[in-house]
Amino acid sequence: MAVEMLSYIERKSPIHELTGVTKLICFIIWSSAAMLTYDTRILAFLFIFSIVIFFISKIKLKEISFILIFILVFLLLNNIAIYAFSPQEGVKIYGTSHVLFEIFGRYNVTIEQIFYQINITLKYFTVIPVALLFIATTHPSEFAASMNKIGVSYRISYAVALALRYIPDVQRDFRNIALSQQARGIDMSSKEKLPKRIKNATSIIIPLILSSLEKIDTISNAMELRGFGKNKRRTWYSARPFQKRDYLTLIAFVLLFVISMVVTYYDGDRFYNPFV
Amino acid sequence: MKKPVIEFHNYSFKYNSQVEPTLRDLNFTIYEGEKVLIVGPSGSGKSTIGHCINGLVPFSFKGEVTGSLKILGKEAKSLDIFSLSKMVGTVLQDPDGQFIGLTVGEDIAFALENDCTEQQTMHEIVDEVAKMVEMDGYLSSSIHHLSGGQKQRVSLAGVLVDKVEILLFDEPLANLDPATGKYAIELIERIQKETNTTVVIIEHRLEDVLHCPVDRIIVIDDGRVVADMSPDQLLASEYLEKSYIREPLYVKAAKYAGCEIMEEMKPAHPSTFALDGCRDQLLTWVEAVDIVPSSEKREPILELKDISFSYEPGRKTIHDVSFSIEKGEMVSIVGKNGAGKSTLSKIICGFEKLSSGQILFDGQDITHDTIKERSLRIGLVMQNPNHMISKNMIFDEVALGLVIRGVAEEEVKERVERTLKICGLYPFRNWPISALSFGQKKRVTIASILVLEPEVIILDEPTAGQDLRHYTEIMEFLVELNRQGKTIVMITHDMHLMLEYTPRAIVIEGGRKIADDSSAAILTDSGIIQQANLKETSLFELAKRLEIGEPRRFVERFIACDREVRNIWQ
Repeated sequence: MAVEMLSYIERKSPIHELTGVTKLICFIIWSSAAMLTYDTRILAFLFIFSIVIFFISKIKLKEISFILIFILVFLLLNNIAIYAFSPQEGVKIYGTSHVLFEIFGRYNVTIEQIFYQINITLKYFTVIPVALLFIATTHPSEFAASMNKIGVSYRISYAVALALRYIPDVQRDFRNIALSQQARGIDMSSKEKLPKRIKNATSIIIPLILSSLEKIDTISNAMELRGFGKNKRRTWYSARPFQKRDYLTLIAFVLLFVISMVVTYYDGDRFYNPFV
Repeated sequence: MKKPVIEFHNYSFKYNSQVEPTLRDLNFTIYEGEKVLIVGPSGSGKSTIGHCINGLVPFSFKGEVTGSLKILGKEAKSLDIFSLSKMVGTVLQDPDGQFIGLTVGEDIAFALENDCTEQQTMHEIVDEVAKMVEMDGYLSSSIHHLSGGQKQRVSLAGVLVDKVEILLFDEPLANLDPATGKYAIELIERIQKETNTTVVIIEHRLEDVLHCPVDRIIVIDDGRVVADMSPDQLLASEYLEKSYIREPLYVKAAKYAGCEIMEEMKPAHPSTFALDGCRDQLLTWVEAVDIVPSSEKREPILELKDISFSYEPGRKTIHDVSFSIEKGEMVSIVGKNGAGKSTLSKIICGFEKLSSGQILFDGQDITHDTIKERSLRIGLVMQNPNHMISKNMIFDEVALGLVIRGVAEEEVKERVERTLKICGLYPFRNWPISALSFGQKKRVTIASILVLEPEVIILDEPTAGQDLRHYTEIMEFLVELNRQGKTIVMITHDMHLMLEYTPRAIVIEGGRKIADDSSAAILTDSGIIQQANLKETSLFELAKRLEIGEPRRFVERFIACDREVRNIWQ
């Protein structure tokens, strides 16, 4: 069947048992911590911790490999871009310059730059597992409810939840359309030249867009007929009440955030500097 | 006098996007507790009437309204779609598209959530309603994993939570296999009795709806009410025929035999239909049958040998299926939703790789051929034409496959024009596809496969959602292709199509072949009918009541006669 890119994975684990709201708040705290700090020690700790959480969730690496590879490719591009546009960023931040070797002009390789980019990569690595976990362990029906609970308008929450939900549907349609177009001789494989392939792709994308629009039309009518958007607020069938473990998790995460911020800013700088 | 709940008074409606009004000067009233069926051919405006009642017209589909429509005594224009949704519960046609929640429970609760019902109460109501539609064991199941019939029960439950006074069903039988459709009609009947609601059903499959009693039938054609009477009265009249709506087959048979149908004969159900007056006529009519020449054995063109297939390792979807299709044959592959029919067609076209077995074409092994190589011999027309169409103009769409294969421009033009002529689309060749009806689009997709000149054409539900006239048009077109030597395989759950057009049928159930026989033989085998969710045609019931020794002959006689009559419409 089609590759499941990004969807809920049913398991029995302590992570799955937390309410969506807890997971969403924890995810936000976690990302803020990872975004704010450049302290390598904190990042390294968070990274190891995120792997532990991932392990607890019983989600297998294989199940999210597709999206993971996708993100890693972007990470690589990001790293290349940072170096291309700002090869001296590390030197500027850490104030020293240990040149390993010169390339040309201002492009040389310094330990500072490598260290800086390692920190960036580490930031990604701390956020990725938690972000993927949030999506993979939160039942989509609870997803909208949790977003709504932390103050996002329920219309927007529902739109996000529906979009996530339609990914498998659209994938299925895509596959059907692609196959039927292939049967008419439209080659999408690497045997065809790139410009031709791009042109051929339109013959799949147009029917896909049209059939998706058709779907949107049906669903929005169905929602309206059942009173969606009538009141300023709504209740949620699948919202779960907070349990003790939710409070404990939240407290733990807030503490984690405070500690990491204290450690980060202790010396008045976001960066951990091993060079002085 | 009963209380009127829906009152159309000189009501007309024109969509903003259209020049002509879709509904003209409607006048009819539906009373409390009634069960009313609205029938009409495609494009007659019957669905628009449904939209007027539930408020999608004019709140979602904009247009000009004149005249008045009162729902429960209140002018619809003065209400909003939300207050209307509290009075009218709508079960939409598309069983997949209308689900909002992911699980059964969540979807049923959707309307309650929007009303800010407390979670506790919400769970209680959902449990109660789910029990009513017999879905209480499935509350946490994912909707994607349900069968078509179960999906429909969930969408019905979703509107029942509101305690609505009017239940509106828009083509409830579309996409359901025959046995599930029968169950759906029985369910509607039971729910109406339990909840005391007024029921409006919009559907063109008249005979299937009449499986349970209906108080009144309103016939819509070209946006107008052409008849509004009791089923018995309507079946005794000419209105159905004039509007190209398929009459119940047993009534039609009696009419062909020259019997005069009268209201007093209670023709609304085959078991109440009084035959006394016309038994002799029917029997003489059957005797006059010409013996259909049995076709001689031909060369096999497509052979499947022990085909197995699984989507996931360890769970077989198709189990050791073997059959062979002869050159120039017209065959049906039938079975209930999810039995594996469509998977089989994908395997034949190479869309899915089989795990074991062999496919032969003209004696050659094509098991390892690519999709592209197979497409030269076997063409697949998918159920949803919108999944295939990618160009704006009809000519370009049909030419696409040839252009991509690098065929010379002159030849492309010549072949496309020839194909368009065969498909009756030549006059429209420079039209944009968006201007075509659903049935015409379907023909464009058939043309775009036909132009590649495959020897075998596989069609997935070729007539789904078509009224009788378009159904006849498409099928007669396929028969013509078949006469020209094309082998045609149809995947369907339309019993009548199978009986009428394909002498042979292959029945698939649970990924296994359970029968491969003449269509008439299959539809008389109650074991297979039950296993594959098929339905006996009412003609058999009539033949049995007439004590005709060979019901098959009766059916054949009927089909020959019926096709002749309908060919005049072309």
